[in-house]
Amino acid sequence: MNTNIFSLKQSRRWTKILAIKSRWESPLAGYLFISPWLLGLIFLTLWPMLQSLHYSFTKFTLLDTPEWIGMRNYERIFTEDEIFRQSLKVTLLFVVLSVPMKLISALMVALLLNKKIRGISLYRTLIYVPSLIGGSIAVAVLWRNIFGVDGFINKFLSLLGIDGVSWISSPNTALLTLIILVSWQFGSSMVIFLAGLKQIPNDLYEASSVDGASKVRQFFNITLPMLSPVLLFNLVLQTIGSFQMFTQAFIITKGGPINSTYMYALYLYDRAFSRYDMGYASALAWILLVIIGIATALIFASSRYWVFYETEGGRK
Amino acid sequence: MMNQASRRIFGSHVILTVLSFIMIYPLLWWVGAAFKSNEEMSSPNLFPTHWLISNFTDGWLALPKYSFTHFYVNTFELILGVLITSVLSCSLVAFGFARLDFPLKSFWFSILMITLMLPSQVTLVPQYIMFNTFGWINSYMPFYVPHLLAGGIGGPFFIFLLIQFIRQLPKELDESAKMDGCNWFGIYWRIILPLTKPALVTVGIYCFLWNWDDFFGHLLYINSVDKYTVGLALKMFVDSQSALPWGQLLAMALLSVLPSFIIFFMAQRHFVDGIASGAVKG
Repeated sequence: MNTNIFSLKQSRRWTKILAIKSRWESPLAGYLFISPWLLGLIFLTLWPMLQSLHYSFTKFTLLDTPEWIGMRNYERIFTEDEIFRQSLKVTLLFVVLSVPMKLISALMVALLLNKKIRGISLYRTLIYVPSLIGGSIAVAVLWRNIFGVDGFINKFLSLLGIDGVSWISSPNTALLTLIILVSWQFGSSMVIFLAGLKQIPNDLYEASSVDGASKVRQFFNITLPMLSPVLLFNLVLQTIGSFQMFTQAFIITKGGPINSTYMYALYLYDRAFSRYDMGYASALAWILLVIIGIATALIFASSRYWVFYETEGGRK
Repeated sequence: MMNQASRRIFGSHVILTVLSFIMIYPLLWWVGAAFKSNEEMSSPNLFPTHWLISNFTDGWLALPKYSFTHFYVNTFELILGVLITSVLSCSLVAFGFARLDFPLKSFWFSILMITLMLPSQVTLVPQYIMFNTFGWINSYMPFYVPHLLAGGIGGPFFIFLLIQFIRQLPKELDESAKMDGCNWFGIYWRIILPLTKPALVTVGIYCFLWNWDDFFGHLLYINSVDKYTVGLALKMFVDSQSALPWGQLLAMALLSVLPSFIIFFMAQRHFVDGIASGAVKG
């Protein structure tokens, strides 16, 4: 086969280049293999992180060299910047509302799908499909249309005799449309829940059925505790992701109306790439990192009260 | 009369059918709307009375100077490069972590796990400035290079997924290859890599989907229409007119998600297994 010859030749060549003459446990070999990632870590993550920390203490507009101004950026952000406060408020609201909604729908649907009936994979596929297109522009375009003044949501409401709302151009409902959008796309969390559900041994349920436990009690006493590590995992992942929500807000609402959907990532983008206020944007980025860090730490700290690990032998 | 068990199964079918319908309703509406005329656009009917193909043909050519063919070629060029670099570098790194011993290995592994959770905003500005000084703005280098260094979209996740997979392969394979005089690179390239194919396919699929969906990176680094990807072209379409030709726009948006759907249905098994075996973002 052609490809085999090619790969053989390739590997011989590389073999010579990398020849570490039979020094099997040489530490060099390990570092050679992970070197792409290591280089990326140093030059594309650690170094830029330090740089952005440095920029955050400077006035820097890309055109001239950064000028050290100490804590000025941070002072301005925390004392004068109304938009920062607004975007932080909107983002927190978005996280606090959308993450639970997404996870609850994901869990409930996973429970429904965790059955051995015919056609279950078709249902699973259909339910997963909206998540496939995730944060693409295309789905943002669709959402703008559906929730537009003449969109089908309003037409549908008018059939029921309810007056339509200008969903996207009203500050009361704009954020809601974004929350509905992301709650619709719970597929990845759902699949992770499903995998978790499959791991719960069936005899737990059988034993409790013998004891006469109801389905509801089984859910709270068996399913939920057994699933709690997976829940923790999904919660952390979704929280971190939601803090960074950008594309949908950028296309559907453009942050408006009256900044009611002006997500933090959107504000950061505008500061950096519309106003070229790189120092200020870097300060915003570090604040976001700290906020996400605190949120994650809080979730982990709380997890000892609600996450159940089988090896502990019982719930605290 | 139905017994209790079959009644319960029937109930599940009803609930799941209704749920599936609600979930895909917006997508069905989307398909219908892509064929509707502007007059019919705001009717609540799911499908148009006259199916307009012209939305697709006109939409394809609606932007000045370039047709969508150009944007699709651009996007595939970008993604092909990203796909190859990502799969190669991530598998190399994963092999190192899964099979070799070296000082500080567990330290580096925990760093890898941390980078999995790191928000990209914190490196955004310096990375942009760096790529700018290299003259990489308005090229695809800001996408190729991070992926070549096992980073970029999903990089740490792919490494993690591949490590998990490679660890399951029997170590005797390495031993016997060593006997035959194979060195580590030979083991990676001739033994482990072919066996890792299923996981590589999963990585490839995610890499494709996430990069296809990516918009922020494209928005940031590509600024001439000549280099635009499909996502940016759609954005331009949205911005170009005040009275949006919704039929054409929705038709073009629909086409832009088609590749994702095709890949999904072709490789469904890999998909769900892939997510289940590790973690996933989004």
